Amino acid sequence: MTLRDIAVNNLRRRKMRAIFILAGLLIGVTTVVTLLTLVSAMKNDINHKLEMYGANILIVPKTENLSLTYGGLSLGGVSFEMQEIKEEELEKIRDIKNAANVAAVGPMVLGPVKVNDQRVLLAGVDFQAFQMLRPWWNIKGKTPEDDEVILGAEAARVLGITIADKFAMNGREFTVSGVLEATGSQDDGLVFAPLTVAQSLLGKDGQISMAEVAALCSGCPIEEMVRQISEMLPGTNVMGIQQVVKGRMETLNHFQKFSYGVSALVLFVGSLMVLVTMMGSVRERTTEIGIFRAMGFRRSHVMRIIFYEAGIIAGVAGILGYALGFTATRILIPLFTDSHQGHGVAVPFDPIMAGIAFVLAISIGLAASIYPALLASRLDPNEALRAL
Amino acid sequence: MSYIKAENLSKEYGTGESAVTAVSKASFEIEAGEFLAIMGESGSGKSTLLSILGTLNSPTAGRLTVNGLDVYNLGQDERADFRRQSVGFVFQNFNLLSYLTLAENVMLPLATLKASRREKQTMAYKALERVGLAEKIKRLPSQISGGEQERVAIARAIVNKPPILLADEPTGNLDTRTGRLIMDFLRSLNDEGVTIVMVTHSMEYSHFARRILHMSDGMLVQ
Repeated sequence: MTLRDIAVNNLRRRKMRAIFILAGLLIGVTTVVTLLTLVSAMKNDINHKLEMYGANILIVPKTENLSLTYGGLSLGGVSFEMQEIKEEELEKIRDIKNAANVAAVGPMVLGPVKVNDQRVLLAGVDFQAFQMLRPWWNIKGKTPEDDEVILGAEAARVLGITIADKFAMNGREFTVSGVLEATGSQDDGLVFAPLTVAQSLLGKDGQISMAEVAALCSGCPIEEMVRQISEMLPGTNVMGIQQVVKGRMETLNHFQKFSYGVSALVLFVGSLMVLVTMMGSVRERTTEIGIFRAMGFRRSHVMRIIFYEAGIIAGVAGILGYALGFTATRILIPLFTDSHQGHGVAVPFDPIMAGIAFVLAISIGLAASIYPALLASRLDPNEALRAL
Repeated sequence: MSYIKAENLSKEYGTGESAVTAVSKASFEIEAGEFLAIMGESGSGKSTLLSILGTLNSPTAGRLTVNGLDVYNLGQDERADFRRQSVGFVFQNFNLLSYLTLAENVMLPLATLKASRREKQTMAYKALERVGLAEKIKRLPSQISGGEQERVAIARAIVNKPPILLADEPTGNLDTRTGRLIMDFLRSLNDEGVTIVMVTHSMEYSHFARRILHMSDGMLVQ
């Protein structure tokens, strides 16, 4: 027989009270786990979508000129009078603090070329990097190799050439290995060639016109990454394409704050349930506590019995609460994400969240029991025994 | 030197005009190994005096020393330690916990003891064996008779071998035959050196004690 045995025996004896306390904590912990896991899963979902979104940082040469293009209309030749960035400079991006968040760096060289007496904009790109930077590209045909190009849908239409056709570009013969399906972007009007081929053709060996960076991370510190890249590449203008990200993240942050608020409220109500039930339990056991005190239990011993009881129930509530919250999230996640049937949004077992749920339940259970425990320990043993 | 020494112990409940004096200037001494009965009518203050002797009820005036220790000068925790180590209580209503087995009830005073479960079980078994209930250790209090419950209460009071046993009307709820058996048992404990202070209003059972103190209206009457 130990103080813990007394607590366990009492819980067995007063099952309804124990169940009531358990329910209070369980609702609280389950709600917290559900909401926090849901937010975490939704963040993962957004990050996953960001990956699909492609590049979110743009690196262009620093220029004092203002752009004379708007909405696809060019009002002057400025667009073609470009400064360049040394391709080797891009390697420095791998040295920034958040380098681990850089998923892909896509250098691009741009320049006008002549095809069938028409001026066309040629883009030399790293097709491997562009698979990540342009995940929405759908190429009819295959990715080009040396002396091969792919055409934007509009370029193919205007130039009147298609897959497997041969044509001359700045006097050099190329084969069309593929045509892009229309994207609705400026890509539709471009001719794409491997980077080195385009650099050679445009006389810009080792130079690039711009670079796109795909930075993938949860709660992406885009501004911070932009700052880090700017420091590494002082001769460039680094811009974050963050409106979409920001909008989604802001919505999620609002939901996250709301979740915290709801969690705090539910936990508060749960702790009140523990407090009231434990108070009732102490009052019900006045005589029993008097007997303990008469037998020489210290005040701290009485408090420990109450804390053991609360701790045991809270521990169970923590474990069950995580399990229930985890299950609830798996059921609810399709309703909170627009992924088809929630597929692709993983809700993996999270040991940290499980630990948080357990510690949270124990903390609240014990905190809510402090006053009842003090009340029990302060019972005058003589008065308690006279209450018979 | 006497083992227990009460000097002008008084206890008042309430204040002012509504104050009730339960014990008034009680002074007496008890030798180690003595069996003392405190007799008196209902409401005479004998149970209050017993609770003061058991350090459960602080006197409003006076001094109580046990083995030279001024027990009401001790802090709450030290007084609890004193009770645990030195005093066993037998309550009139037994005060057994209904949801614990007899063995568990007897083991209660050992709950704070740093000993193995097996050691505690052995101590409880020996105490129950001593009162003749070894074969019923797994029963609940509701499954045994009143006399047996009283014996369990005594087993619980002596399980940690305290030098003082305080019994409040130990035969109050028992028939004559069972009452006598209990008194015989208390007497045998006393023969082994346990100092016993028993409160009773029964003249018959008071004669099992070696000395009797009479109380009336909160005062000791010689």
